[in-house]
Amino acid sequence: MKLEARNIAINFGQAAVLRSVDLAVSSGEMVGLIGPNGSGKTTLLRVLANLRGPDAGDVTLEGRDLEEVGERELSKRIAYLAQGGDVHWPMRVEALVALGRLPHRRAFRDQTMSDRIAIEQAMIAADVVSLRNRTMMHLSGGERMRVLLARALAVEASLLLADEPVAALDPLHQLRAMELLRDAARSGTGIIVVLHDLSLAARFCDRLVLIARGGIVAEGRPTDVLTSANLAEAYGVDVVCGVSEGLPFYLPQTIRPPIPEIP
Amino acid sequence: MSATTIPERGAQPVGYAALMIILLLAMVAALLASAAIGYAPLDIGAAVSDMLHGNDTLSALVLVQLRVPRAVLGALVGFSLGITGAAMQGLLRNPLADPGITGVTSAASLGAVVVFYFGLAGILPLALPLGGIAGAALSTLLLYGVAGSGASTTTLILAGVAINSFFGALTTLALNLSPNPYAVSEIVFWLLGSLSDRSLQYVWLVAPMMLAGWLLLLMTGPALDGLSLGEDTATSLGFNLARIRLLLIAGTALSVGSAVAATGSIAFIGLVVPHLLRPLVGYRPSRLLLVSGLGGATLTLLADIIVRLLPVRPELKLGVVTALIGAPFLFRLIWRLRSEDR
Repeated sequence: MKLEARNIAINFGQAAVLRSVDLAVSSGEMVGLIGPNGSGKTTLLRVLANLRGPDAGDVTLEGRDLEEVGERELSKRIAYLAQGGDVHWPMRVEALVALGRLPHRRAFRDQTMSDRIAIEQAMIAADVVSLRNRTMMHLSGGERMRVLLARALAVEASLLLADEPVAALDPLHQLRAMELLRDAARSGTGIIVVLHDLSLAARFCDRLVLIARGGIVAEGRPTDVLTSANLAEAYGVDVVCGVSEGLPFYLPQTIRPPIPEIP
Repeated sequence: MSATTIPERGAQPVGYAALMIILLLAMVAALLASAAIGYAPLDIGAAVSDMLHGNDTLSALVLVQLRVPRAVLGALVGFSLGITGAAMQGLLRNPLADPGITGVTSAASLGAVVVFYFGLAGILPLALPLGGIAGAALSTLLLYGVAGSGASTTTLILAGVAINSFFGALTTLALNLSPNPYAVSEIVFWLLGSLSDRSLQYVWLVAPMMLAGWLLLLMTGPALDGLSLGEDTATSLGFNLARIRLLLIAGTALSVGSAVAATGSIAFIGLVVPHLLRPLVGYRPSRLLLVSGLGGATLTLLADIIVRLLPVRPELKLGVVTALIGAPFLFRLIWRLRSEDR
C-alpha cells in the first residue's frame, strides 16, 4: 500500500503555504513530518487524508487518484488522528474506540464479531483495556491520547496519519505513544507522524521529511535530515546534536537572525 | 483467534433495547391517557365500540374528531421535536442547540401568520399547515442560499440566526400592520402553540412529511457518532459532511416545519428531551435519535394532558406550558455548565 502526494501546492488566500511538495509513505514505514509552526505540516497531512484538496498536484493511493478511490474505501485504508484530539461527549472509552469501526459499518446493523475483535485488539495495543468503562472526561492527557490512538488503530487501516500525537504529553507518555506507533509500523501499517520533538523523530522514524517556507528542506534518513545546516535553515536556530547511550538528541541552542523570504 | 474475552455488546447504563421498550410503553400510555382525558365526559369503551361498529354517536365523534387527532398529533409533533433536537445537538455538538436553530421554526410560524393575515384559513381549511410548510421550505432554501452547499457548521449557525431574525421581524411586521385587533389576537394565540381543535385532516397532511423527515434524520446517525470526534475525524471515517448537513436540514424542515405548521411553536421539547436522555444511551448521538423521538412524544402528550387537567380557563396554550416547564430546566443546565467551567 502506497500513498503518494506529488507537486502539492496550497495557497491560503494570496499566501503560498506549500509549493510543489512531494511526500509518500508505504506499508510498514514510519515517516516523520517535521518543520516549524505554520510550515504547512497539518495542511499537507489533511491533503493526504483527503480532508481537503490541493490547489495543485495530485494524491494517489496505489496509483489511483483519491477521488477515484472514494470516501468509503479511503476511510478503511487511511486512519487519521487529528491534532488536539477533540472529544465532544463524555463517552465511555470502549464506545469511543468503537468509533474506529464506523468505516466498516453496514446500514442499520450493530457491531459484528470482527468489529469487536478489532476494538479489543486496538485497546490491548494501546494499553487502555483497564480504562474501558471510564469516560473520556475523567482521563489524563496521556490516557486520552492512548484512547484516541486505539480509536485510530481500530480502523485496521493500512496507513495511519497522526498529527502531533505527542504534543502536550509528558516524557513517559511521549515514549509510550511513539512506541505504540512504531509497533504499528512494524506490524505493517504505514505511518506519517507530525512531530515537533526532533529527538523523538530521530529515534523512532525510519525517514524524515523536513518542510519549511513552502518547500522540502531535506528528506531521508534522520541522521541525513537533522543536520545543523538543515535545522538552521528550517527553524532559524542553532541546534546542539549529540548521542547519549546510543540515542540521538537535539537541543535548540541559539536563535539565528531571520532569513530573508524567497521571492 | 484472539484470546481476549469479548465484553457484552453495547454495555451502557440502561440497555438500549430496554430503554426503547420503556419509552415506547410510556408513549403508548400517554397516548391512551391523552385520548381518555378531555373536557367532555366520555365513556371510552362505548365510544370505541360505536366507532368500530360505524355508529355516528356523539361519543364516537368526540373520540374520532377531537381526542384521537389531538393525541396522535401531539405524539407526532413531540416525536419530531425530540428527534430533531437530538440530531441538531449531535451536528453542532452542543447540548444547547435546538430545532429552531436553523430558522425553520420562525419561518414556519411566519407562513402560518401570512395565512391568518390574508384570511386564507377561511377559504381553505388546510391553508394554515400548508402555509407553515411553505415557510419551512422557504427557510431551507434561504439557508442554503445564504450558507452555500458546503457550508461549515459555524456558517450554518450564523445563517440560522440571520434567518431567525429576518422571519421574526416579518412576523412582527405582520402584527404591526394587522388590519384589526382580532387578527392580532388570533395570530398571537396561534403562535403560542396548541393541539386543540386540530382535525384528522391535519394528521394526514403532516404525518407523511414528518415520517420522511424522521427517516432523513435517522440516516445521519452514524455520521453524528463520528462527529463526536470533530469534523476532520468524521470525514476521515468516510462521512461526507456536506451531504450530512443537507440531510439534517431537509429532515428538520420536513419534520419541524410540519410540526410548527400544525400546532404553532412548542418550545423546549427539542432542547430538553435529548439532554435528559443522553446519559441513558451512553452519549452516543446515533442512539439518541429514536429515543429522543419517543421521549419527545411522551413529554408533549403529558404536557398536553396537564393543560387539560389544570383548572385554568381559558385553556393554557401547550407552548406556554412547555416553556414554563422547560425554562427552569435550561437555567439548571446553564448553572451546571457554569460550575463545570470553573
